[in-house]
Amino acid sequence: MFEDMVTARYYEERLQEEYLEGKQPAFDISAGPIPGELHLAAGHEAAAAGVCRHLREDDVVTAPHRPHHVAIAKGVDLERMTAEIFGRETGLSKGKGGHMHLFDPDVGFACSGIIAQGCPPAVGAGLAAKRRNTDGVAVAFLGEGAISQGAFLESLNLAAVHDLPVVFVIEDNDWAISMPKGRVTDVADGSRRADGFDLPGVRVDHDDAVAVYDAAREAIGRARDGNGPTLLEVQVHRRMGHFMGDPQSYRPDEDSEAAQNRDSIERLAADLRDRGVDDEALDEIRERAHERVDAAIEWAKDQPQPDPEAAHEDVFVNPPSGVTESEPDFDLAGGDD
Amino acid sequence: MAQQEQRVERELTMSRAMVEAIAHEMREDEEVFYMGEDVADYGGIFDSTEGLLSEFGHDRIMDVPISETAYLGAAVGAAQQGMRPIAELMFVDFFGVAMDQIYNGMAKNTYMSGGAVNVPMVLTAAVGGTYNDAAQHSQTLYGTFAHMAGMKVVVPSTAYDAKGLMHNAIRDDDPVVYLFHKRLMGIGWMPAPDGPKTPVPEDEYTIPFGSADIKREGEDVTVVTLGLHVHRALEAAESLAGEGTSVEIIDLRSLVPLDTETIRESVAKTGRLVVVDEDYRSFGVTGEIIARVAEGSLSDLEAVERVAVPDVPIPYARPMEDEVIPGVEDIETAVRNADSK
Repeated sequence: MFEDMVTARYYEERLQEEYLEGKQPAFDISAGPIPGELHLAAGHEAAAAGVCRHLREDDVVTAPHRPHHVAIAKGVDLERMTAEIFGRETGLSKGKGGHMHLFDPDVGFACSGIIAQGCPPAVGAGLAAKRRNTDGVAVAFLGEGAISQGAFLESLNLAAVHDLPVVFVIEDNDWAISMPKGRVTDVADGSRRADGFDLPGVRVDHDDAVAVYDAAREAIGRARDGNGPTLLEVQVHRRMGHFMGDPQSYRPDEDSEAAQNRDSIERLAADLRDRGVDDEALDEIRERAHERVDAAIEWAKDQPQPDPEAAHEDVFVNPPSGVTESEPDFDLAGGDD
Repeated sequence: MAQQEQRVERELTMSRAMVEAIAHEMREDEEVFYMGEDVADYGGIFDSTEGLLSEFGHDRIMDVPISETAYLGAAVGAAQQGMRPIAELMFVDFFGVAMDQIYNGMAKNTYMSGGAVNVPMVLTAAVGGTYNDAAQHSQTLYGTFAHMAGMKVVVPSTAYDAKGLMHNAIRDDDPVVYLFHKRLMGIGWMPAPDGPKTPVPEDEYTIPFGSADIKREGEDVTVVTLGLHVHRALEAAESLAGEGTSVEIIDLRSLVPLDTETIRESVAKTGRLVVVDEDYRSFGVTGEIIARVAEGSLSDLEAVERVAVPDVPIPYARPMEDEVIPGVEDIETAVRNADSK
């Protein structure tokens, strides 16, 4: 758990550095080596690490637009994920998806850039597991900003009424872009929403990875044993803006400071020290994580840019006649500018 | 446009021009309000509401939870009560989340009620790619909204047009979809080309829907386009002028209603039609424009070319996004092809 968390944190620190290259001093979203938007999850690590520790490779996870910590905890190929974020040919999606659209079917990982839209596919994965009589489990991660979406509420209901092996994990960081939680919902304890669907709801406060681990063990165990879904809400903190470049002028300084001061990684490190793990062992883990991340980033940056013509491939796996892949069926749109 | 434009020194970005029109209408009419995600304290992710909160407060510049079905449907309901909501869909790509409220409510309630109710709302949304945000945040779905009956669809390309069209949109008694291209807004973190920042009169003015604007006059080839690609076409025309090709550029400004007459008149003059669109190629704007000209002026047509996004979702990596979104060179090639026929 500690290793997953420090890997995720360091990974995002490195991504942030790379992302800002060429974007300073004037921020231009279309400049620099990493294309598009970048949503960082620093402060969310405990939720992913505590839950995914109980998952197998064949279990399914769907993540939202802020996916890196979940991907790392689920064991997504770090090199190919990084190559994807840099938009390279050998990336998980051949450079077509980018950081919000990472797919690694080898470890059952997918994500969506649209709020709450990972919930229905997780229900589908749970349905498949149940239909096939496996003991597979699906986990949908979402932010507390997503709890107002129909897709989330409908998914809770569908999973509940069919007793599907799904765990919904709300990462409550108190902010939906510029909207504080209090202006999104009157229900401060999001796990209580489970009552409306007659399924168990659990909330874990204080970014506490160990408490998440314990709660997730029960929820995932319940799902695996055929006893249906659970709603788990985990308090995390958003240490960054909503996306890189977000000036956060809507956010009180004290809130940003509080988020910086409450660090799930430091909390877990203290916990481990209390349990007799010495600093040297923790440093070794950190060092190993840093080496792995640095190697992945170096590897990714060395990967080739995709061939522009590859843009026409993968629209269909079985292209209908009249559509010639690799070669557009017209000669205009698509040049070399 | 030249006749309408007053002599003004003051230049605005497209976002400032939109906001000016909205503020004016809100001062004039208590029933106008703006709702959407991050539109109040943030001022709109694309500066579409920057500064409005301080004047109008949270009751009229309304932040909403991330629940498009609820708030777009609520805008439909408020409009049917006679209010004039402006509801912002942050990225047009998110429309699917609330498709029923848009397609089955906003667009149809006037008709289904036999005119007993109407829906005087404006749905604003950001469209467009060019900054590598991949397939769920980069679409330009002009054709999607223009295809279904019941909604007027407006696409400004300059600050001057953005203000005049916004005044019109808010005052219109029908639902209006107002699509603004992110790259034209003049946001600090997404530099715009020079074109969209134009002189904008301080006073109110309207630009009627269905009045296409000839942004450049020419004799040899007609280029019909809208949004960001007006500026790319202008750049292409400038370079083609050096080769001796005279290009006329028509900015549609609205898709519903569509100013077919201006297009046909231009084609009658040039005989050659190139349609440029950032939406998908098939079943979209390019096909519709060409069909309209063919229906009424087939004998005028000597050459037709279309430049659009091939039928692939917008890819993430830069080389591939550049491949699919029409660039200046693509437009130049199309014009040369048309001109040589």
